[in-house]
Amino acid sequence: MSEDTEIEETETGTLPLDAWHRGKGARMVEFAGYWMPIQYEGIVAEHEWTRTNAGLFDVSHMGQLTVSGEKAAAELEKLLPGAISTLKPGRVRYSLLLNEEGGVIDDLMVTNVTEEGGEPTYYLVVNGATKWDDIGHLREHLDDDVTLTHMDEQALVALQGPNAATALNRVMRGLIDDLVFMQSVDYQFGEWPLRITRSGYTGEDGFEISVPAEFAEALCDRLCAEIEVRPAGLGARDSLRLEAGLPLYGHDMDESVDPVSADLTFALTKKRREEGGWMGHEAVMKVFDAGPAQKRVGLAIEGRMPAREGAEIYAGESKVGRVTSGGFSPTLGAPIAMGYVASAHTAEGTALEIEVRNKRLPAKVVSLPFVPHNYYRGN
Amino acid sequence: MARYFTDEHEWIDVDGDTATVGITDYAQGQLGDIVFVELPSAGTSLSKGGDAAVVESVKAASDVYAPIDGEVTEGNGALEDDPALVNTASEGDGWFFKMTIGDASQLDGLMDEAGYKAFCDSL
Repeated sequence: MSEDTEIEETETGTLPLDAWHRGKGARMVEFAGYWMPIQYEGIVAEHEWTRTNAGLFDVSHMGQLTVSGEKAAAELEKLLPGAISTLKPGRVRYSLLLNEEGGVIDDLMVTNVTEEGGEPTYYLVVNGATKWDDIGHLREHLDDDVTLTHMDEQALVALQGPNAATALNRVMRGLIDDLVFMQSVDYQFGEWPLRITRSGYTGEDGFEISVPAEFAEALCDRLCAEIEVRPAGLGARDSLRLEAGLPLYGHDMDESVDPVSADLTFALTKKRREEGGWMGHEAVMKVFDAGPAQKRVGLAIEGRMPAREGAEIYAGESKVGRVTSGGFSPTLGAPIAMGYVASAHTAEGTALEIEVRNKRLPAKVVSLPFVPHNYYRGN
Repeated sequence: MARYFTDEHEWIDVDGDTATVGITDYAQGQLGDIVFVELPSAGTSLSKGGDAAVVESVKAASDVYAPIDGEVTEGNGALEDDPALVNTASEGDGWFFKMTIGDASQLDGLMDEAGYKAFCDSL
C-alpha cells in the first residue's frame, strides 16, 4: 500500500465512454477508481460471444503513458527486466516494474512507437489501479532528460475474439494485413489518429485501440455496427483472462511476489538476467538461481463449486498454498483457479485439495492456459 | 398459500406448517449467471437472518439467509444438475429448500408482494 500522504478521498471518476455504456444498458460498478461496465446482457453470454465472435471491451481505466528522449530505452531498462533497447519500432513486449526487493509493482505492455527519424519514444500501458503509483515511480527514477507523458485524454478499447480481425478489416481496410500478435501501428482513420496494437488479455486474437477521448464513442458505434461485434464488460474480461491463464495484477501478483514465483520468468530477458542493471535484479536472481519456494500454478477443480481468491490449498493435512484467482469457466463448464503452491507440489497432475466453506474440493495442478490461446502469429 | 419477501431478496411460500424458500427474480438478475448453489441438508436447523445457502455466480459467491427460524426438510435436487434454473425460474422451479415454520409470528415482519415491489423500486 502507498504511504503517500497526498492521496485524498476522491469521487469515483467517469471515463469517456461512460454514457455510451449506460446507453447500451450496462451495469456500472466502481473499478480502479472509475465507473466501469461489469456486464451488458450477461457475463456468460459476453464471454461466449468473445470466444466465438468478437467482444468490444472498454479498458480506458488503464494508464497510457509515453517515455521519450534519446536515452529513453536505456532509462526504461533501469526499471524493467526486459530488453527494450533491442525492441524494434512497431513491436510490443510484456514487461514488469519491479521494486528493489524484486516485488512486482505492476505489469505492463511496452511498445516502441518511434517514428522514422524521430525521437525514440515508448508507449506504455499500465494497470488502472496502479497507474498513479507507476507514474510516481517512473518520475522518481527516470533521468530528467527523458519525458514522461500521461496520455489522459486517450480512451482505450480492446476488440477481442476469433472474428475481431474480420470485423476490423471491414472497417479499416488493409490495416491488419501485416500486423501480427504483439505488433502495433499508428493508423489515421479519417480524422481520428489511432494507435492499433494486435494484443489483448483474453487469450484470443484481437486488437487494442487507443483513440482520442472525443472520438471514442463514434469508434465504438462504428465497430459495434459490425455483425461480429458486441460490447463486453469487465466480468467477461475476468473470466476470459482466467481461462487464458493470464495473471491479474493485485490478485495473482503484487509487491510481495517476485516474477519467478509468479511464473513470469519469460519477461526476464536472458541477456538482461545475466547483465543486470535493473531494479530488483539481485533479489530476483537469488530466487531464479535457488528456485522459488512457491509458484503460481493452474488448478482444475472437481465438481461445480468454484474456489475463490483467498481459499487455502492443502496437500493432505498440510496447508501448501492459496488461491489468488478463481471462478467458473464458461468454456470448460467447470471451476478453475490459479494460486500459489509450495514448489514441492507444483508438478502437473499433483492432486491437492482446496478448502471452501469448510469443505475440501479435490483439485489437480494443470498447465496453463486452461483454454488454448488463439493469437495470430502470421501464416 | 401466502408468499412473503425479505429485504435480503428471499421469497418464502407458506403452506400449512411448511414453507418453501428461494431467491427473487430481482436477486437472480443482480447476481447474473448462476453456476452453483450450495443447499443446506435436511435436518439443518436455521435461524432467522442466519446463513442458509450459498449461491455462486460466475463472478462471486453470495449468501442466502433464512427468512425465519425452522428446520430444513428438503433441498431442491434439481439445482445440482441445473443451477441455471435459478436464473430462468427463480420464483418457481428454481426454489432452494423447504423448511418447517419454527415461529409463525416472524412472518409478520416480512413484506408481501406489493411491499417487496415497492422496496425494489426504491433501490
